[in-house]
Formats: sequence, structure tokens, C-alpha cells
Amino acid sequence: MKKEWPLWEIFIRSQHGLAHKHVGSLHAPDAEMAVNNARDVYTRRNEGVSIWVVRSADIVASSPDDKEPLFEPSNSKVYRHPTFFPMPEAVKHI
Amino acid sequence: MYAQLVETGAQRVRGTDELEGQERVFQERIDAGVKIEPKDWMPEGYRKTLVRQISQHAHSEIVGQLPEGNWITRAPTLKRKAILLAKVQDEAGHGLYLYSAAETLGVSRDALIAQLHAGKAKYSSIFNYPTLTWADIGAIGWLVDGSAIINQIPLCRCSYGPYARAMVRVCKEESFHQRQGYDLLLALCNGTPEQKAMAQDALNRWWWPALMMFGPSDADSVNSAQSTQWGIKLFSNDALRQKMVDQTVPQAEYLGLTIPDPDLKWNEERGHYDFGAIDWDEFFNVIKGNGPCNRERLATRVQAYEDGEWFREGLNAHADKQAARGAAAA
Ligand SMILES: [Fe+2]
Ligand SMILES: [Fe+2]
Repeated sequence: MKKEWPLWEIFIRSQHGLAHKHVGSLHAPDAEMAVNNARDVYTRRNEGVSIWVVRSADIVASSPDDKEPLFEPSNSKVYRHPTFFPMPEAVKHI
Repeated sequence: MYAQLVETGAQRVRGTDELEGQERVFQERIDAGVKIEPKDWMPEGYRKTLVRQISQHAHSEIVGQLPEGNWITRAPTLKRKAILLAKVQDEAGHGLYLYSAAETLGVSRDALIAQLHAGKAKYSSIFNYPTLTWADIGAIGWLVDGSAIINQIPLCRCSYGPYARAMVRVCKEESFHQRQGYDLLLALCNGTPEQKAMAQDALNRWWWPALMMFGPSDADSVNSAQSTQWGIKLFSNDALRQKMVDQTVPQAEYLGLTIPDPDLKWNEERGHYDFGAIDWDEFFNVIKGNGPCNRERLATRVQAYEDGEWFREGLNAHADKQAARGAAAA
């Protein structure tokens, strides 16, 4: 084989109504074969009911160097969690 | 193990406090149990060592299909044949998960496979032994996959994210491999005297090569010390081997088979089984390419790849045609 097959990222939705989840990657010459191969490589034990394949080259990812500017701001905003607000014992169903 | 004698390039292991700059930050992350991901900075030695380790592991999964694949057409029942097919197919999957993990480190799968086919890459010594009888298929599942499990469970916690995640997938599937092997041997051991003798013969031939899978003692190895510091090796070869012996002896007793080691006995004081000396000359000989099946395995692998060439070409032609049609329609 002269030409290297492109890499595809594989996402599988399991039976239980959850979102598609990234499970790994594989090589295939086109999208159709990527789905076929994903069936064999990632769903040999009924792991899913739906497969998405996306060319790895088409994925835009955040860079590890941006970790602080991206995620640091949410650290200080603890009031976004319900546990930030203590409720009086007497108040129910809240 | 599936990766044996992995070179790290280290002459001496430097402690975290001896490191500076990015390398220090990197080591501190590992010491804190934070996973390293593909785009993170990593020392070149870490990257290279992982490429070697993961690709050897992948090659072992792929070459490991051959000794068992050899018996698919001769399985004694349709049920056993279906089980063996599924097991061998799983191993192909394991190889693919691992090649994908290696590729995150900047090497291509095609390049790794080319190295294997050129005889420049290592794979586990164990797959260079022949499968002479049906009982060998049982012995491989029980002993070889059993040993692989002992090695792979700690690797689920290794420092490199993609490798650890591949190991989680592999470990989920591996238990079936070991059990189908034991189940096969149970059937033989409950069968005729000839069948039981066949099971004993398989154990006699696979026991020592299985113990060799863990590699020679690495208590004094700089490479192992470096890999341990990097969090890509979590237990010594001897510790893993001892664990294998301790868990397997009672399983052999249940089968009514005798482990071919006159020195094997329970050591009350240590709380472990003592066992006899391993013939490391044999191990190094196999590693060097002179095992009973090295040449045959590689030749079979290359032949399978070449026989698939027309199919890969067809897939490429179809993909090109579809892409051209899509472009014309757009
Ligand atoms: Fe495997
Ligand atoms: Fe296996």
C-alpha cells in the first residue's frame, strides 16, 4: 500500500440512551469503511447501537498550554454549585 | 511480557529533585499520578520508550493470533471453533487499540508494521513456540493469556493516557480468553486417559515458556528503574512471575495436572510458592530469532499482508472514485 489511510475517531452510543462517547480511533480509506471497521473493532460485545466516525484531521482541539486561561476562571465560581447555598433544615423539597 | 527487555536509553535514573525545567514539571505530574496526554510536553526518552513498548505489545497481539489461528479449522466442535474464532478476533482488536495508542506518539502504524515485517521489531518470545495439539489451545488461554492479564492490569494505571485506556479495553476482554482455555482443559482432563495425557503434555511444554514471558529478573536493570520512574512499569518481572505461579498452581491441582518443576513447593515462611531455575539461555535464543517458530511466524505474517494487497488496493480505488464523484457533484 503506497498511500496511508486516514485516521478516524470513533464515537459509540450505547443502548442506554447516553450520548455518543469517544472510544478510540482506526484507519480506513473512506467513511463507509471506517463505520464497517468500527463495528468490528469497537462493538464486538454489543457495546453500541450507533456509530459516528469523524476524520481525526477535522477535529480542532484546545491546546494543553491554554489549560489555565480556559479552565481557571471556573475554579473561583463555587456559587455555580447548589451545595454553595446551605438551606435551613425546616425548608423541604429544595 | 508482551513487551520484553524494553530499552529506555537511560544510563542512570535521576530523581525528581535532580531534574530541572520542563522535565521536572513532567516528573512531578507523574509522581502525582496525573496522566500524560499526547499533546503534553514529554522527554524524548519517554516518548521513544513508549513507542518501543506499545509497538512491541501490539506486534505480540498480532503475531499471537498465529499459533491459535493454526487450530481454527481443526477445532473439535462447532462451539469450540466459534469460541476460538472470537478469541483470535479479539487479539486483532487488541493489536489495533495498541497501534492507535502508539500513533498518538507520532509514529505511523504502517511504519511500525513495516518494521515488524522487516524483522526489525520484537514481539513476545512466547509466540515462537508451536501449537502441536488441541490441548495447546487450552494451555495458551490459561497460561499465556493468564500471564498477560497479570501484566496488563497494572498497566491500566500507567502514566500515558492513551496506553492506559487501551489496556482498560484489553483487560475487559482478556478474562474470557483465560477462561475458555481453562474450560477447554477441564473438558480434556475429565475425558479419556489419552485426552488427559494430552493436557499434561501441553502443560509440560508451555509452563516454562510462560514463566519466561515475564522476562529475566530486572532487579538491577537501569531500563526497568527508568520505566518505573516514568510510571510505565509498575511491578518487577519477578513480582509478576511470582504472582502467576501462586495463582496457577492451585488451578493446575484442580485439573489434576502436574506442573513440570520438581522444585516447586509452598514456602510457608514467604507465603509464596518456590520454583526452580529458569533456562534463560533458551529465552535469549528465542529473542534472538532462533526459537522453534520465529521464521515461520514472520513469514506467515508477511504472506497474510501481501495476500491482502489486492483488497486494500480495491478499497483505495473505491474511496478515490467516491471522492471524485463527490467533488464533481459539489
Ligand atoms: Fe490480547
Ligand atoms: Fe488474549
